[in-house]
Amino acid sequence: MTAPLLKVDDLHIALSTESATYNAVEKVSFEIGRGEAFGLVGESGCGKSITALSVMGLLRRPLSLGGGKIVLDGEEIQDASAAEWRRLRGKRIAMIFQEPMTALNPLSPVGRQIAEMFVLHQGAGWTEAMDRAEDALRQVQVPSPERRIRDFPHQLSGGMRQRVMIAIALACGPELLIADEPTTALDVTVQAEIIDLMAALCAAKGTAILMISHDLGLVANMCRRVAVMYAGRIVEQQAADAIFAAPRHPYTQGLINSLPRLGERSRRGRQRLQEISGVVPSIAGYPSGCRFNPRCAAVTEVCREVSPEITPLPADGLVRCHHHG
Amino acid sequence: MAEPLLALDDVAVHFTVGGVLAGGVKILKAVDGVTLDVKPGECLGLVGESGCGKSTLALAIMGLVPPTRGRLALEGNDIKTIDRMATARTVQMVFQDPYASLNPRQTVRRTLADPLRIHGVTDKAELEGRVADMMAKVGLRPEQADRYPHEFSGGQRQRIGIARALILRPKLVICDEPVSALDVSIRAQIINLLLDLKDEMGLSYIMISHDLGVVEHVSDRVAVMYLGRIVEQGSWREIFEDPRHPYTRALIAAIPDPFHRAAVTAKAKAKGEIASALNPPPGCHFHPRCPMKEDRCASEVPELGAVAPGHVAACHFRDRHPI
Repeated sequence: MTAPLLKVDDLHIALSTESATYNAVEKVSFEIGRGEAFGLVGESGCGKSITALSVMGLLRRPLSLGGGKIVLDGEEIQDASAAEWRRLRGKRIAMIFQEPMTALNPLSPVGRQIAEMFVLHQGAGWTEAMDRAEDALRQVQVPSPERRIRDFPHQLSGGMRQRVMIAIALACGPELLIADEPTTALDVTVQAEIIDLMAALCAAKGTAILMISHDLGLVANMCRRVAVMYAGRIVEQQAADAIFAAPRHPYTQGLINSLPRLGERSRRGRQRLQEISGVVPSIAGYPSGCRFNPRCAAVTEVCREVSPEITPLPADGLVRCHHHG
Repeated sequence: MAEPLLALDDVAVHFTVGGVLAGGVKILKAVDGVTLDVKPGECLGLVGESGCGKSTLALAIMGLVPPTRGRLALEGNDIKTIDRMATARTVQMVFQDPYASLNPRQTVRRTLADPLRIHGVTDKAELEGRVADMMAKVGLRPEQADRYPHEFSGGQRQRIGIARALILRPKLVICDEPVSALDVSIRAQIINLLLDLKDEMGLSYIMISHDLGVVEHVSDRVAVMYLGRIVEQGSWREIFEDPRHPYTRALIAAIPDPFHRAAVTAKAKAKGEIASALNPPPGCHFHPRCPMKEDRCASEVPELGAVAPGHVAACHFRDRHPI
């Protein structure tokens, strides 16, 4: 087997407050192969976004790296200096955020914001860079790119702004694209277009994707493998088809069964939705043992006391549960 | 046939925007000729993307914006002739964001008791009883009555929002995206609660949502809106199993469907984005994005025509099956 493009090994992220330090992310490990699309799914507060930020070297106080390794193409980057991170970000690892309006500079024309990538990372002159920016806009299917490069972000619709973000992210041909809820702020029909565009461009350029979302269906459609996070830990990881066909962790099972699925009522009539009882725990109140135990239907004594270790599943899968069945 | 609880006939809500400095006054047709009704005990799903006018329509039904044209009738009476207090006792609303829609400085008890007081319940024992009763119905414990909204999680706050909407025992509740601001693992609790309360209290719902899975699950009938107009309306089964408007098909095709269970395929996807309501495309508003468009779509406005009894679609080619 060839070495993975990105290897995150036993990652811990610490959240420091005046009174205490918490582990916001704990024992998170995963690998992404070259050109592979990998999904990280979880609810707000589960640590998926800060895991992505750590891979970009963007953790800032009160968050800090609490341990573990981040290996890009065989090279450990978790302790890289600020200057080294600047060379990595945008060039080898790029990121798209949820809300394109706040991620773009409102005072700069979008063409210039794309061209900047070529100037900063590839030493291009501004005239050449602007020509290439126009091409980049054409690639993300923005209509009349020759006029649009002079537009400011507020003159574009939400979907167009996200296309500009994709153009900026892919400008220097990064090896890894991190997409953090890239379509949550968009309408559903636009979401479908943006996802298709992102997947097609990355497939054509051989870019790997780390897709972060709360929408298991969206991620499973796009990614080959999916990891599910709950309260700072990965609780299950499987191939996308397998996770829907045979989820092993009670939390994953709950997520899949609790949402009404299109076409379900036609087939089986209206069934009462299965609820996951309780609420997502806050970071200061993570329960001992398995963090899902207060909400789990299959809870036993051992779940309340002992934190479950990883059980390997076929095809690189894993589950973190005492009773994974 | 039972008399509809709510009947809308050709309702339009237009706003004027801009002014001399902004380059002239323009008319924004947020809602443009909507006809629909809601029967007692029925749940009508209202689907559409942002900017299609579904929230403006909700405000018009609540009596919070006056319609520019058309007639809204509650239980047969024109809404203009009913006083606001009576409207409030018949129609209530559950909002999307339970963090923004509760007064942070009022306890749960006050949030629930104030509407009763305003509507003339003065007996202290009755007030207490109805508040406690309502809290139990939505799954809150009695000792939580003296807490403030910030002490609750998002799901519990939405329970408070539902309790506030139901405390006056309305007949119609407009739920505007009631679960989309909640954590995914909490949504099923709230959807089940809404359905239980509907049966228990004999409520009618208008369920506004962009989540088609939720709409299919809860609705008896569904109306699809696009740029101020209803483009398709029918029973949930007709809308989801035999959608006739290309926009309805595009909405269904856009949902990630890992089980490949939806009735339409990826070919039905729409191109581009919803146009501005200030400057909607002529003819069929959807034609620039439509995979089925022909020349006449750019000039002729399609009428809502019958596909089957109770199922209408505003498309020139509603009887043509997609590729």
